[in-house]
Amino acid sequence: MGPEDKDKKHMFDNPKNVQKVLYGLFGSLVLLLALEPFVHKHPYFAWEESFGFYAIYGFVACVLLVLVAKYVLRPLVKREEDYYD
Amino acid sequence: MIEFIPPAFIYMVGALLVPLLRGRVKSAYMLLLPLVSFFFLINAQVGTAWEINFLGFELVPFKVDRLSLVFGYIFHLISLIGIIYTLSIKSDLEYVAGLVYAGSALGVVFAGDLFTFFVFWEMLTVSALWLIWAKRTKASQAAGFRYLMVHVFGGLVLMAGIIMYISEQKSISLGFIGLHSPATYCIFIGMGINAAWPLLHTWLTDAYPESTVGGAVFLSAFTTKTAVYALARTFPGTEELIWIGAVMTAFPIFFAVIENDMRRVLSYSLINQVGFMMVGIGIGTELSINGAAAHAFAHILYKSLLFMSMGAVMFRTGKINATDLGGLYKSMPWTALFCSIGAASISAFPLTSGFVSKSMVIDAAAHGHMSIVWLALVFASAGVFHHSGIKIPFFAFFGHDAGHRVKEAPASMLIAMGIAAFFCIFLGVYPKFLYSILPYPVDFVPYTASHVLFQLQLLMFSALAFTLLLLSGIYPAEIRAINLDTDLIYRKGGRLFYQVMDKSLNAVNRSAERLFVGEFLVGLAKFVRELPAKLLAKICWPFWQTAFDAPDKKTITENLLKRAQSGFYPISIMGIFIAIYFALLFLL
Repeated sequence: MGPEDKDKKHMFDNPKNVQKVLYGLFGSLVLLLALEPFVHKHPYFAWEESFGFYAIYGFVACVLLVLVAKYVLRPLVKREEDYYD
Repeated sequence: MIEFIPPAFIYMVGALLVPLLRGRVKSAYMLLLPLVSFFFLINAQVGTAWEINFLGFELVPFKVDRLSLVFGYIFHLISLIGIIYTLSIKSDLEYVAGLVYAGSALGVVFAGDLFTFFVFWEMLTVSALWLIWAKRTKASQAAGFRYLMVHVFGGLVLMAGIIMYISEQKSISLGFIGLHSPATYCIFIGMGINAAWPLLHTWLTDAYPESTVGGAVFLSAFTTKTAVYALARTFPGTEELIWIGAVMTAFPIFFAVIENDMRRVLSYSLINQVGFMMVGIGIGTELSINGAAAHAFAHILYKSLLFMSMGAVMFRTGKINATDLGGLYKSMPWTALFCSIGAASISAFPLTSGFVSKSMVIDAAAHGHMSIVWLALVFASAGVFHHSGIKIPFFAFFGHDAGHRVKEAPASMLIAMGIAAFFCIFLGVYPKFLYSILPYPVDFVPYTASHVLFQLQLLMFSALAFTLLLLSGIYPAEIRAINLDTDLIYRKGGRLFYQVMDKSLNAVNRSAERLFVGEFLVGLAKFVRELPAKLLAKICWPFWQTAFDAPDKKTITENLLKRAQSGFYPISIMGIFIAIYFALLFLL
């Protein structure tokens, strides 16, 4: 690739394509939950039996992860880039 | 006819010839080394052991069993990939260091006694160091030096443990050790430092991001995984490892979320992945040890793939911070694709290698009804997708376009990434291949409907969380900043220690000098110099006073002092006093 395609439109320069990705994500989420009743579970733990456990756990885990990292950890550990110099 | 040459020998001796060769011959020669070594290895029978009697001990410099073979195979594969990757980086230092480093790791995994083990273990540190220093920046020099200090300390702890252990056991054979005495604790901790245990991990996140583009690919594969092998060999079923591993999987992801340097993000996620292996070793069942070995195998491939893709980005743009990157899929589409495959693998998407290996460890924890550990591992699985699976490709290749218009990575880098990406998918689609080389027979089915569905739910809803947080602006913006970690203790602590020592010990030193040299010695010299004259003046004064009209006492004393200082007295006045003293003794 050279400088001539600097102005070339790329896939995600078009907001419609970004929207498509988002719709794809939301659609797959609905599908994944919809499939759950049809799957035979063999749980080791009681909580695995409740509907959507993995979905909820994944979502909550990531939200908590980001919130804790941003509001607890970062204020504690953030320093200027030349802190050690 | 030579039947067998140990891999470590081929790598290390082979490395020495690299600087003598030029051009294509050199490239071909370097590619041949792992291939030749691998050829010898696949012909080695399980149970092969070389024994040499040395100073009354049985040295076993080469021993093959199924555990060492898994690591032996993957070390060969990844060194081949690493060599291909670095072909476009013309640096003899890196080639030699990389080959010796890989050879040391192979030496460790095929060592049959503690002595051989320790020698190769230390060579790992020494050779890895050059992959950091080869970057030739001030930051890499300092990071390399800290790396050396930490590993020298770890090596000493390990050596102390080994020496005590040998004197306990009266044998140097390497096998199951288990935690039961101070010696074994030392060995355990010495190995733990190389495995980057929590609080002992900062050498990794400090040094790897400062290494060269190619160096990081080698580094990410060998040191920690050699430690994984060592712990699997000597401490399987040690419960402490379960908890160490669980903490290891969970805590680095918080740092990874707020880290700006992409290779440092990968370093944190490396620790997180090694945590899964620690848990597997700690549980100690056949399933979990298999899981740890399988995960090490898969991990080496996708982690080096991710380091290769970030290395390629750095090679082309000169930038590695998320704040300076974005939109690179436009100019480096292949690198973006390979990075995404690595990201999918580390996130354990079905049909990738991470899925078939990580699930063994998580299932082993479930089999053991370890609910807290299991929850931690699943949390870490979601978290790793979050920072390695999404953050790395998103901030580098997609997201805000930073405007870099560069060339695609060089062909050799693309080929290396392509091979690693192929194996990530191949192992995921055809797990039997991986399972067939594991230490124990495998009775594990990764692809069940519920397993696939739940893993996808976990990952896709994590992706939803990322998307919503990003769109709502809550996701922490990358900031040009560094984050403190426990290396603060020796980075600032070292300086603090120096200052405290400087202030306290040097103050003692200075005051001692002032008191002793400045006052005591000067006083003593003055005293000795003036004593005879003053004494003489004191003794003689009564006579002089009565005998004639003498000047006052002060003038006489001064005169005597002058004479004493100019050595006017022919005989030492002190001598006279001594003579008088003895005369008195004699008379009385």
